[in-house]
Amino acid sequence: MSSFPKKKRPGFAKRVWRSIVRHGAPNTNRNRSLAVFTNLFLHIHPVKVRRRAMRFRATYYLGGLTAATFFLLVVSGAFLMIYYRPDPLRAYGDMKDLQYVVWMGRFLRNLHRWAAHTMVLLAFLHLCRVFFAAAYKPPREFNWVIGVVLMGLTLLLSYTGYLLPWDQLAFWGVSVGTNIISAMPAGGDMVKLLLLGGTGVGGNALIRFYVLHCFILPAVLTVGIALHIWRFRKDGGVCLPPYEGPDQQATTASKGGSP
Amino acid sequence: MKRFEPVIGQDVGEVPVRLLFTQDEAGVLVDQAQEPMVMTVPHLILRELIAFLVLTWILVMVSLLWDAPLEAIANPSQTPNPSKAPWYFLGLQELLHYYPPLIAGIVLPGLAVLALVIIPYFEINIRRPPLFDEKRGKRLAALWVTIIGACVAMSLPAEVMPWVLVIPTLLGGLVITGSALGLGVLARLQDRSLAFWLMSWFILELTVLTIVGTFFRGPFWMLTLPWIEGIY
Repeated sequence: MSSFPKKKRPGFAKRVWRSIVRHGAPNTNRNRSLAVFTNLFLHIHPVKVRRRAMRFRATYYLGGLTAATFFLLVVSGAFLMIYYRPDPLRAYGDMKDLQYVVWMGRFLRNLHRWAAHTMVLLAFLHLCRVFFAAAYKPPREFNWVIGVVLMGLTLLLSYTGYLLPWDQLAFWGVSVGTNIISAMPAGGDMVKLLLLGGTGVGGNALIRFYVLHCFILPAVLTVGIALHIWRFRKDGGVCLPPYEGPDQQATTASKGGSP
Repeated sequence: MKRFEPVIGQDVGEVPVRLLFTQDEAGVLVDQAQEPMVMTVPHLILRELIAFLVLTWILVMVSLLWDAPLEAIANPSQTPNPSKAPWYFLGLQELLHYYPPLIAGIVLPGLAVLALVIIPYFEINIRRPPLFDEKRGKRLAALWVTIIGACVAMSLPAEVMPWVLVIPTLLGGLVITGSALGLGVLARLQDRSLAFWLMSWFILELTVLTIVGTFFRGPFWMLTLPWIEGIY
């Protein structure tokens, strides 16, 4: 009846592939849009971005790199969890095993430790840059507050991880820290007791720090980062001064946004 | 009751241009010129991927070259001298050297966090008028009254004279004064606002405290020189 030629049904492999990835190769702008639209992980981005917002000098990529270090920390931390037991009798021995027995154990631990320091540093630099660019101006006020909370969570994560090796550095570093908490006028000792599960740093403290470090804080931080990035996108992405034409491009990004 | 009829059309003569009423300073951005846009895939994604790979490469190289420290097993009966917190808390620990724990451990960090949280709600650093665009003499006098006042306020509750806080504050005052007078390279900072200077001061103090606590403190929290006695 119909004069149109019948469309050939795609082959099995192609149908399976299309069930997973719903768009063709990103060689047309339509497919490039679909690559963002139909992908959960890319969906934190808009389909198109301003060329100025993408420049390295606009943000130094500090927020993204902070998130990237967190990702590296989760991966290397998961491997470390396989070999580490949070028990004062075993923890230090497991650290020695990681250093001398486990294949690539030393590298894993090094990576985790240096990435942790890097994350604290990058998060702080990110905070400074956002301040100097006044990128918290309306409607981004609350995202700044979320950012300050994330900074605190990052410090807490690093601090709880500091105890886990159970060496002298860890034990006394954490002791110094928790003594500061007990100076709090109201309930400081309560918080210290809750955190340490006793009056001093011992087995109870180790398991508490372990659970905080490996589950509670990373979970909260993951949700917080998701919220932070989602709001960042909803508020219009990178905060830039109004665009005033191509000749202005060279100077605006580094000076930040002022109306 | 239907009050508006949405009309969609191509003919500009027939379908009116959208109108937007905004209050003064409502901060609505209206596109005046067409901003150049690029597709996220591949432009942004590629950049993100490269940034991630560079970061990973650097961290991998650092991890291959330098080992994370691991000291002797924890021993509650053997207190190392000095006992140091992790480096990002050494600024705090350095503060504890000068002030009673209530001030150094709770009040000052609490104020710092509070100040950070409320920044966006008080229009801080948003309008950014230059600090010295007018009344330069009066402003400079006020600046130095504030700086001397701050140094006195920092010294009064201290148990040990907090030179580590006072000296950078005074140096900061000199830099601000230099910028106001347009001296040399400092002239470039002439248009900076009060908020810029306050935040820079905060970052400077935090950095100096952390560096002193990390590199210049030894047994009994005495001053040491890292290039002579090493880092404790």
